[in-house]
Amino acid sequence: MNPILEAKNLSMNFGGLKALDRVDIDVLPGQITALIGPNGAGKTTFFNCITGIYSPTGGDIFITPPGGRQKRITGINIHKVTESGVARTFQNIRIFPDMTVLENVMIGRHCRTDTGVLGAILRDKGTMAEEKAIVARSYEILKKIGLKEHVNQLAINLPYGAQRRLEIARALATDPFLLLLDEPAAGMNPQETRDLEALIISIRDEWEISVFLIEHDMKLVMGLSDSVYVMDYGEMLARGTPQEIRQNPEVITAYLGEDVSA
Amino acid sequence: MSTLNYTKYMEGMKQAVVVSLWFMFLTFPIMVIRVNTIENIIEWRWMNMLYIGAGSFILSFVWRYMSGKAISARKEGIGAQGGRKSYLQRLVSEKRLSLPSLGIVAVIALFFPFVSSIYQTNIMTTALMYVVLGLGLNIVVGQAGLLNLGYVAFYAAGAYTYALLYHHFGVGFWLALPLGALAATILGVLLALPVLRLQGDYLAIVTLGFGEITRLVLENWNEFSFGPSGISGIPRPGLFGMEMGMHDATVYLYFLMILLCIITIFVVNRLQDSRIGRALLALREDEIACQAMGINKTMVKLTAFALGSTWAGLVGVIFAAKTTFVNPASFTFLESAMILSIVVLGGTGSIIGIIIGALLLILLPEYLRAFSDYRMLLFGIIMVIMMIFRPQGIVTGVRKTYEFHTEEE
Repeated sequence: MNPILEAKNLSMNFGGLKALDRVDIDVLPGQITALIGPNGAGKTTFFNCITGIYSPTGGDIFITPPGGRQKRITGINIHKVTESGVARTFQNIRIFPDMTVLENVMIGRHCRTDTGVLGAILRDKGTMAEEKAIVARSYEILKKIGLKEHVNQLAINLPYGAQRRLEIARALATDPFLLLLDEPAAGMNPQETRDLEALIISIRDEWEISVFLIEHDMKLVMGLSDSVYVMDYGEMLARGTPQEIRQNPEVITAYLGEDVSA
Repeated sequence: MSTLNYTKYMEGMKQAVVVSLWFMFLTFPIMVIRVNTIENIIEWRWMNMLYIGAGSFILSFVWRYMSGKAISARKEGIGAQGGRKSYLQRLVSEKRLSLPSLGIVAVIALFFPFVSSIYQTNIMTTALMYVVLGLGLNIVVGQAGLLNLGYVAFYAAGAYTYALLYHHFGVGFWLALPLGALAATILGVLLALPVLRLQGDYLAIVTLGFGEITRLVLENWNEFSFGPSGISGIPRPGLFGMEMGMHDATVYLYFLMILLCIITIFVVNRLQDSRIGRALLALREDEIACQAMGINKTMVKLTAFALGSTWAGLVGVIFAAKTTFVNPASFTFLESAMILSIVVLGGTGSIIGIIIGALLLILLPEYLRAFSDYRMLLFGIIMVIMMIFRPQGIVTGVRKTYEFHTEEE
């Protein structure tokens, strides 16, 4: 099976600090892959390099859309990455606060539609049909995500867990084949975390979108992931199935702490 | 309780006394001393000082009362966001109210030039020009959130396009109108390219500089723009080659402006509710997230600048035709500040607010000619008061959001 996302020798230096040091990661299609590591290990930097927010100082990133050809995306613009089919959410929620829930998701459809200034002014048949399709698709996504009753609410007024879901819904609206989630369960209560777990599994199984997530909630990661990468000080420490990671002595000392093995 | 009230009262009294003393001191040179050049004596107008002292003493009390009320109102208002609509908002959003009021406005607009003097019509035309300018700047400032302090440069671009084209090639108004808009649009894109990476204060400084540079170039490049003496003898717009007198030309220009206003409102409104409008909004809300949604930041910023400056170009051409004369003195920073004030005062992002803001800011000074010496002072006071009591503008910029209703329900 060809990996849909492949990072080779990826390095990122901030001045003298090596935030990423020759990192290799493969994400396989149809899987949930997790990236774990202590705070400051370089996980979010890695996401930022993939999605074009940072331009990596070394190495390469390739994507292979299902049924498509391999493509190098190293250092390309943020919006180009999304256009290529890799969508993401952010560690600190970045919804559009003063827009409604529906409008937030509609923004996600931007890169899959193409009404220009002229179309917007003339409102010809094509534009109106497209606009209708945007609303319909956005509503469908919100319904599946379970935010149906909030559609017309301002995003800022949503409860915390729902804001996280909205961010995922918005990312899904860009029709990705790979979804990057940066600490989706941060700050969630146990019930919300359980709901999130079900959502992520349904994204893999029903939406058929591969998921790559950074997470600190070990219970969630271990119960959910098909494979796990462990990072520390910008370097890749280990990779394997959750079972293997749990028993890896290096990982235990570096990250999980001694007592977890007991 | 009563002692508390008493100390509060005394405190207010003390502050009011200090304020009035300060004002008497500050205004002493301009209000009290007057040099009578005819009889070569100095007049000491002590009564003025007394008036100012008493006036500021009373105003200080009013101020304390009002600001106290405003603060407590804001505290209460935080929880109930978006609950109650203001009268103006209801006027706009409810068909039952908006249609008749729209009709009244239309009738007034239609008959205005026939019941008033040329002078009045002229002022109204100017006000309408600022409505369009305000709506244009609102695309950049209100919708895309890019602070542009050099908007006057695009206005100048339009005016000078017509003036120069007429001077050199004898190009008429109707051909100059689209060309002026095009010139301003191109200038907008040219400005946008270097400032793409800038945000907030930095963007404001660069655009401010851009506006001033444009004016200075026009002022000093004699071969190109004829320097401070400007270009005169620009013809008014024609109507199928008809010769029009002063009165008819003014009325004609007025209706032209009304038409342009309607077109602007129509276009701006449609743009706002479109894929492009949403992208502008997303850019304002969160630049990184906006890009992560697949929106090309560069394209959106260029579009915003281009769309905004087009209107300035159009109005610039009309300005040149209206005054039949252009020179750099008409395009100072004060103009940019004025247009920005219209947007802020009216309510950033609200079309109806900007229309009201433009009419107020342009018409009031004209009708308050009696206070013309204190115009800028009053202007400043009004802006400060607005920022304290209604920082969101006259009409709160509540957007028309997508209301979605399913068929199932």
